[in-house]
Amino acid sequence: MENIIETKGVTKKYGDFAAVNDISFSVQKGEVFAFLGPNGAGKTTTIKMLTTLVKPTSGSIIINGCDPMRQQHQVRASFGIVFQDPSLDNELTAYENMQFHAILYGLQKPMYHERILDLLRLVELYDRRDSFVKNFSGGMKRRLEIARGLLHHPKILFLDEPTIGLDPQTRNHIWSYINNLNKKEHVTIFFTTHHMEEVERIAQRIAIIDHGKILIIGTIEEILQKAGVNKLEDAFITLTGSTMREEQGNVGLNQMRINNKLMR
Amino acid sequence: MNGIYILWLRQLKRFIRKKASIVGALGQPIIFLLAIGFGLSPIYAKAGGGNYIQFLAPGIIVMSVLFTSIFTGLEIIWDKQFGFLKETLVAPVPRMHILLGKVLGGATVAMIQGTLVFFITLVAGFRPASLASLPLAFLFLFLVAILSSAMGAAIAARLDDMQGFPLIFNFLVQPLFFLSGAIFPLRDLPTALSFLTKINPFSYGVDGLRYAFSGAHVFSPMVSISVLVGVTLIMLAIGAYQFSRIQL
Repeated sequence: MENIIETKGVTKKYGDFAAVNDISFSVQKGEVFAFLGPNGAGKTTTIKMLTTLVKPTSGSIIINGCDPMRQQHQVRASFGIVFQDPSLDNELTAYENMQFHAILYGLQKPMYHERILDLLRLVELYDRRDSFVKNFSGGMKRRLEIARGLLHHPKILFLDEPTIGLDPQTRNHIWSYINNLNKKEHVTIFFTTHHMEEVERIAQRIAIIDHGKILIIGTIEEILQKAGVNKLEDAFITLTGSTMREEQGNVGLNQMRINNKLMR
Repeated sequence: MNGIYILWLRQLKRFIRKKASIVGALGQPIIFLLAIGFGLSPIYAKAGGGNYIQFLAPGIIVMSVLFTSIFTGLEIIWDKQFGFLKETLVAPVPRMHILLGKVLGGATVAMIQGTLVFFITLVAGFRPASLASLPLAFLFLFLVAILSSAMGAAIAARLDDMQGFPLIFNFLVQPLFFLSGAIFPLRDLPTALSFLTKINPFSYGVDGLRYAFSGAHVFSPMVSISVLVGVTLIMLAIGAYQFSRIQL
């Protein structure tokens, strides 16, 4: 199988602090890959490096055959992303947010109009297409962001804690939809979450990262076996320890992130 | 080009939907016209300056364009905080296009606001010498709008939150307006003040607009246009550099 994501010795330092420290892994085309770790482990920084938002201090990354630093355009056109924090324009309607994305990605009107309506039907927001996003609930915003991430037919979908703060019904809905997408359209899924049952349900392979280092990569069975436990949650705690984490780095930014989550 | 267009359109939609803030932004020029305009009118006339409203109106129009434009540029800080900028920055669009879309959007809404203020000055008694001068007036206004919008964007690219906002407003935006010859003539000034007004690019905008409306000028109109175009290009270059360095 062909690798669609490949990283070798990727490191990101902020001053002396290594947010991500010499990680190497690969994800195969069409795979559902879970990237797990406690808060502040380096998950989001890794996703930002994979998606051209942050430059690695050292190491190499290949996304869909291209280098995110040198061939930003090709890389950017090849993935869709749902960020950890909300990233919609609240002053625009659901349709306008989608349209903004479509035009930004160079789609033509006859193509994107139907596609937007189809995707909105899929995430059950068709009836609300002309409502302003500021009136949406957290779950509705999430669904809209997922629909938006799929608009330009990406080969990879990055999901950074897509189900944070959502009720079980919405979570269930979102994951069955993502699973379906992977099975039918073979979109590679790269996601992070703190809900281990979500991982057990859909992930084909898992990496666990902590303190910027990858501790283990493998299938669920392999990881359970190595940790000598029966449940992924137990394996996660065995591997990363039971101390609670403060997120490292910019306190203001974290506060902002918390505020954003509360505002959803 | 798609990127420029959609960012421009977004700015326009956001502006038109905030009716309250459009009306709110008219408050300041109205107060300036009423308090300073009519308040200083008798003294200005006695000093031999002529009709003060006639002198002040172009300055007030530039003020509204300058403020609206620079604040629209600074809105990028909100886009950062509310996460929307990330959506724009991961798209396959050159950062320069994102900057240009933002700047043109900000300039367009500022022009709309400036036009509204122009009508208010007409109500207050301002009379342009001839309607034929309107295209030239719009050119000067447009240059002022682009320059301030680019300035706002370049600053916003460096800031992560609104805490620096009072600093920017009191130590940059206000001085740029008050030292531009908008409310007093740039003649017979103390040396230091005269120097400050000459290095302020907006002095050339105010003077150019006054020339377009009435024919009177301190700087040659060609000099004014050149200064505005030159400083705008420099500001866009700075903005482009800042944008290329944004990491989220």
